[in-house]
Amino acid sequence: MLKLEAVHTFYGPVEALKGVSLEVNAGEIVTLIGANGAGKSTLLKTVCGLPQATHGTITFAGEDITRKPTHLIMQSGLALAPEGRRIFPGLTVLENLHIGGFFADKSRLEADLERVYTLFPILKERRHQRGGTLSGGEQQMLAIARALMSRPTLLLLDEPSLGLAPLVIAQIFRILEAIRQEGVTIFLVEQNAHRALQLADRGYVLENGWIVLADTGANLLVNAAVRKAYLGG
Amino acid sequence: MSTTFLGFIQQVINGLTLGSIYALIAIGYTMVYGIIGMINFAHGEIYMIGSYVGVLVLTALTLLGLQSVPLMLLLTLVVSILVTSAYGWTVERLAYRPLRGSPRLAPLISAIGMSIFLQNYVMLGQGARDISMQPLIAGGWRFGAEGGFQVYLSYMQVLIAVVTVIFMALLTLYISRSRMGRACRACAEDREMANLLGIDTDRVISLTFVLGAALAAVAGVLVGLYYGKINPFIGFVAGIKAFTAAVLGGIGSIPGAMLGGIVLGLTESFASAYLSTQYKDVVAFGLLVLVLLFRPTGLLGKPDVEKV
Ligand SMILES: Nc1ncnc2c1ncn2[C@@H]1O[C@H](COP(=O)(O)OP(=O)(O)O)[C@@H](O)[C@H]1O
Ligand SMILES: [Mg+2]
Repeated sequence: MLKLEAVHTFYGPVEALKGVSLEVNAGEIVTLIGANGAGKSTLLKTVCGLPQATHGTITFAGEDITRKPTHLIMQSGLALAPEGRRIFPGLTVLENLHIGGFFADKSRLEADLERVYTLFPILKERRHQRGGTLSGGEQQMLAIARALMSRPTLLLLDEPSLGLAPLVIAQIFRILEAIRQEGVTIFLVEQNAHRALQLADRGYVLENGWIVLADTGANLLVNAAVRKAYLGG
Repeated sequence: MSTTFLGFIQQVINGLTLGSIYALIAIGYTMVYGIIGMINFAHGEIYMIGSYVGVLVLTALTLLGLQSVPLMLLLTLVVSILVTSAYGWTVERLAYRPLRGSPRLAPLISAIGMSIFLQNYVMLGQGARDISMQPLIAGGWRFGAEGGFQVYLSYMQVLIAVVTVIFMALLTLYISRSRMGRACRACAEDREMANLLGIDTDRVISLTFVLGAALAAVAGVLVGLYYGKINPFIGFVAGIKAFTAAVLGGIGSIPGAMLGGIVLGLTESFASAYLSTQYKDVVAFGLLVLVLLFRPTGLLGKPDVEKV
């Protein structure tokens, strides 16, 4: 469904991705783990074309999207819940969701709202509140819900557990499982490697812009190198 | 009623008139700044062009023998808004879009170039001197005792206030309720994120230039009608004043631009009446300095929302 082949991304002279190849198949949950600064966020953003890859190709649903403008990529069935949530703080929860479904079919809007309200009932309660007044966990839920409003077939998530309490993290991971049940493919970037590998079918380990390991989630969980570097021994 | 009180009322009327014009122009500065974080240096010229289109259309309609004043006014506003919006759109296309992502100085310089070009373009086409027109709406009301100080409220001043309120209300509704208005607000908060949600942010940027130009056109038409004559240089001072109003109100904030325009208009009006006309600009800019000293974000500006 999503395929990266030898993708390089630069920030000016800094090479953040040094030839990354990976694949996400329809129906999977695939995770990408790695230390701070490894290039995980860059990888997700490169898929979205912001920044664009300098070399290599990215295909999504059979189409080469490497040089496609970001807004068109995001209209083709891909959605991102970015690092740091980046909800619109001055817009209400409902307005945030409307923006998420900006280009979606108007006639589906109510159904799409009901769908995300079912997954995140708290958002329905808070729908007329400004995004900035939500708690961290609620903002993360809003970021995921906003991404779902475009009815993506592939959901990209960048560290959804960042800065959240364990109970809230557990709740969010349960919801990710539910989203997968609905048929959405998930590509999950995490520093919380333990939880991510437990949830994922397959995982990749990124270090300094390289993929250094690729295996099933279960195998990575017991891999000695992974345990040492990412799971605290 | 005492002369002092009537004099005060007169200054309020004059100040609100001037302030309405400033506010209409200021919105263009504030909206563009809100989204791309840059000042549209050609905006004063856009307003000047709006005024020219207005005067030319009115003159043409008069020559055609049109009698109905409301109809003439409506047609003039519509044509000026359409033509001026196209200029606003073109300024963005030529001076800003090709330089997206380059250092901030680059679009600033190209916009100043655009502004000089537009001024010369109008000068070549229409001459550098004043062009004038017959007043469309003359007369007004006088209040106060015969022989004493009388407050004069012209029909034109009422018209300016009414038209301004109508357009402000339309804009506010559009920004707060419509789909594209929502996209504008989202872009103002986090343009990259809006893009990552599938919004064509270039289109939103174009829209803000167009909306700003439309309101500047309204201001230009009203000024043409009010003063009865215009020249290719009116955009410069009006641009600086409206920019001041936008900063005063809190650049990036639409209600701020409205308030800033009114406050600036009133300040100038009172300064010319009670100090001297020569000091009105000093007082206006002095007020700006004071506000920025004590409220660096302007009257209604929000402190920068921290972006994660
Ligand atoms: N906008 C940027 N400009 C320049 N360098 C950046 C930018 N974003 C990230 N980097 C650099 O790219 C590398 C990878 O960063 P990032 O993708 O954010 O890593 P991760 O998400 O794995 O923590 C880091 O060295 C970081 O400093
Ligand atoms: Mg990151």
